[in-house]
Amino acid sequence: MSQNDFLHLMPLLILIFAVLIIMLVISAWRNHKIIYVITAVSFVAAFLSLFDIRAAAPYQIEPLLVIDGFGVFYIGLILATALLISMLSYAYFEQREEQKEEYYILLILSTLGACTLVISTHFASLFLGLEVLSVALYALISYLRTRERSDEAGIKYLILAAFSSAFLLFGMALVYFSTGSMTFQGIAVAMAAFEELPLLLLTGFGLMIIGIGFKLSLVPFHMWTPDVYEGAPAPVSAFIATVSKGGMLGLLIRFFMEVDGFRYPTLMLIFTIVAIASMFAGNLLALFQNNVKRILAYSSISHLGYLMVAFLAGNQMGVEAVTFYLVAYFVTTVGAFGTVAMLSGKERDAELLIDYRGLLWRRPWAATVLTAMLLSLAGIPLTAGFVGKFYILAAGVNTQLWLLVVVLAINSAIGLYYYIKIVAVMFQQTEEGMEPRQRLRPSIYLASVGTLAVLLFLLIGIGIYPAYLLNIITTMLNSFHTLSLQ
Amino acid sequence: MILLWLIVILMAGGLLAWLSKKWHPVLPRWISLFAVLLDFVLVFYIWLTVPAATLGASPWLLRLHIPWIPQWGVNFILALDGLSLLMLLLTFFLGLLAVLVSWREIQTKSGFFHFNLLWVLAGITGVFLTLDMFLFYFFWEVMLIPMYFLIGIWGHENRNYAAYKFFIFTQASGLLMLLAILAFYFIHGSQTGTYTFNYFELLNTPLAMGTGRLLMFGFLAAFLVKLPAVPFHSWLPDAHSQAPTAGSIILAGLLLKTGAYGLLRFVLPFFPDAAVEFAPWAMLLGVVGILYGAILAYSQTDLKRLAAYTSVSHMGFVLLGVFAFNELALQGVVMQMLAHGLSTGALFIVAGLLYERLHTRDMNVMGGFWSKAPKLGVFAMVFVMASLGLPGLGNFIAEFLTLVGAWQANKWLTVFATIGLVLATAYSLRIMQKVFFEPAPAEHLLPDLNPREMLIAVPMVVVILWLGLYPQPVLDTAQPSIQAQLQAYKMPPAVEKSVSTVAALQTEKPDNVYHQILIRIEK
Repeated sequence: MSQNDFLHLMPLLILIFAVLIIMLVISAWRNHKIIYVITAVSFVAAFLSLFDIRAAAPYQIEPLLVIDGFGVFYIGLILATALLISMLSYAYFEQREEQKEEYYILLILSTLGACTLVISTHFASLFLGLEVLSVALYALISYLRTRERSDEAGIKYLILAAFSSAFLLFGMALVYFSTGSMTFQGIAVAMAAFEELPLLLLTGFGLMIIGIGFKLSLVPFHMWTPDVYEGAPAPVSAFIATVSKGGMLGLLIRFFMEVDGFRYPTLMLIFTIVAIASMFAGNLLALFQNNVKRILAYSSISHLGYLMVAFLAGNQMGVEAVTFYLVAYFVTTVGAFGTVAMLSGKERDAELLIDYRGLLWRRPWAATVLTAMLLSLAGIPLTAGFVGKFYILAAGVNTQLWLLVVVLAINSAIGLYYYIKIVAVMFQQTEEGMEPRQRLRPSIYLASVGTLAVLLFLLIGIGIYPAYLLNIITTMLNSFHTLSLQ
Repeated sequence: MILLWLIVILMAGGLLAWLSKKWHPVLPRWISLFAVLLDFVLVFYIWLTVPAATLGASPWLLRLHIPWIPQWGVNFILALDGLSLLMLLLTFFLGLLAVLVSWREIQTKSGFFHFNLLWVLAGITGVFLTLDMFLFYFFWEVMLIPMYFLIGIWGHENRNYAAYKFFIFTQASGLLMLLAILAFYFIHGSQTGTYTFNYFELLNTPLAMGTGRLLMFGFLAAFLVKLPAVPFHSWLPDAHSQAPTAGSIILAGLLLKTGAYGLLRFVLPFFPDAAVEFAPWAMLLGVVGILYGAILAYSQTDLKRLAAYTSVSHMGFVLLGVFAFNELALQGVVMQMLAHGLSTGALFIVAGLLYERLHTRDMNVMGGFWSKAPKLGVFAMVFVMASLGLPGLGNFIAEFLTLVGAWQANKWLTVFATIGLVLATAYSLRIMQKVFFEPAPAEHLLPDLNPREMLIAVPMVVVILWLGLYPQPVLDTAQPSIQAQLQAYKMPPAVEKSVSTVAALQTEKPDNVYHQILIRIEK
């Protein structure tokens, strides 16, 4: 590896060093605040180092990785989200008794895994990134192990994730068998030679889709989602919903664009069915929930379905739409789970609808933030979610995916019902007197309230003036490795 | 720039009203009163200074054009013509009344209430002004959320259900419109190479018959639900009867008008062929609405529900008139939008005043109020008479013009629509009889109107009388705009006859129109 390679991998290297330093510090001295500061600083440093490498041309590290505009943007998105989640985590864990310090090691590691995913161009780096992401997540999910449902969630995720990895591996093996290559480019070249997809290759893709679909919690691989979201600590749920899915989605786009999977009707059909099923199942099942975390879990399933619509458009506009929506979705989801985390008490998370009764009267600002986030998830104007949904619909209409677009519109209307249900609960008048406001220590208060304020600002800023973000996305995607190939 | 201020004043006023609750509990009311008044004065000033009769020239009085999301061809376009001007006058007039009406009624969370009130008005103002389709959809949705809160927080006993229903109906239909807008955008883009949401550029997009039909149904979905036309009306009685008085006024007086406005402004000019094809069905829906709404209104015992069903009936006239495609009918539609806004608003105010005093909306327990509260009685009487279409009041002019126009388009449907007027007499007189004249089943303490309430009632009576006795200024203001909406229909047969239309067209796009005329002459 040359010096240039190291330079381009700087964000990942910074994360690795941060993990090592934190381990050393913990072994000498347990202090939550110091560990947290190291984490935050390393995220910021990794994010800033991206500005050095956002080159005009893609930079390849043969054969494993490629650093292009797309990758840099996704890494930036993942790092920024991880930073916000770590801020929320600090406030969340400060109230709890457990050993908090190792949490940050796991958080950084899984972020590292997600970052590796979005720049990998080889099955080896793909699998490496995926496992680094998943293994850290097993522990993160069951981190608060004294909780009732924490072990259940952790074990569920462990077993199913291991299964899905096995499917993915087997799929990769079949693809390798049919094409004789493990780099995305090699596969693309081999596939271009085929008139029709050979059955084994198709089976390989099918198995890979199972693995990927599991990570993205697309229907029918979504069973774990509500339980894991419910059992995991609120910031970790936010992390799974955003960083882990974003990383996988970035990889999926890169792989599919490279091999141009949009040419094959069979693959398109599979994804169309999966997208429609995800939208309907996610929204309909969410209607019956009384647990806010489970509602958000099901809604995240349907949102991935929405994202699939833009993904299936399969052109530059589609990729832009996915990216834009992802930004909006990240901001919104982190904000929603952040509010849940902020309202959570010592013993359990504020996850039942009853916890939110009359919130607008008790804690108006928290309620306002959560309302804004829910409206954004529902795609109402003045929020980023609206522009994102508009973009996705535009991408779908542009490539005339009428079925998907109409299903999306129907589902938006269904989804509205349960988002509004939470909002309605928040402004119900409660009979009992005002609950005394919890006074937290100022540093914690600043961390969580500040983060939520930033998220709210982003949400409305993107919603009112999306042109700036659009500009960034289009410029970054100009050096999308696979787009420039075509 | 003044157009942007209209919206900014309301939005800023709303935020200020919300925050000011902390300093003093009465401040929100004064702030929102002041903000709406300021807007009203501004629009009134525009009306007085810009001569309405700018016949033959472009109907647009004021325009504002700022790039917003250049990547998508989205611009911040606001434009004002006679139609928008009248709608804005109505908006701010009813807005003022809504603020005054809720002065005493709203005691909890008055800051947040006024925030929502002003933001609904801001959304409605945006809808009436914007001529960029993206922005139109944006404002179309912006006005829903605060309305949802108004119903859901300050409404009556069954408010949550009503608020849900209102929100989901309007949002779902709005999404269909969004799809149509997007499809229109891409069709226009693929034909001309410029991707834009600009109304003026989209206006002359040639569409294949089938495509035009589908796109029109997308738009119609949103507007017919909002109007409401009969099969899509079921959200309205619930929303109206559960909303607080101010909410009902805004719903009936303004929100329904956005649907009518959309039909006039977008459906007619965008899809001339498809609209002509659909016209008989639309007029049929209108007539069904007139009769159905009137019959159901007659059978209600809840005063607010009754008023809600009369809205269904009255908006049937709007649908009838819009799809008659002639100037008379459209003049009638514009008058109906104004007169119905006032008269139904007034009925809801009456219902609200009674509810404030009696804590019930059930007409069976009311009666004999004429002697106790004569001022309230007179106020109610004027608007009940307006509602049944008594000559001399605004609604008469509106319904008369609409029916005359519709007669030219479809005689039988017009006959049935006229029967609706008879039914209107029945339910209107029933209100007066039940509430004011019949002997009371129970004794109630009923104070008459206080000065603040007189301040609400007197201007309304004056305005509805003025509309009925001297409607000419209103008709003049709406005239150029109506002609512009009808241009697409008049053009082929009347090209040689109406010189003024050609002149107007030539100023817009000289080459194109001239070319078309030449082709026609050659044929």
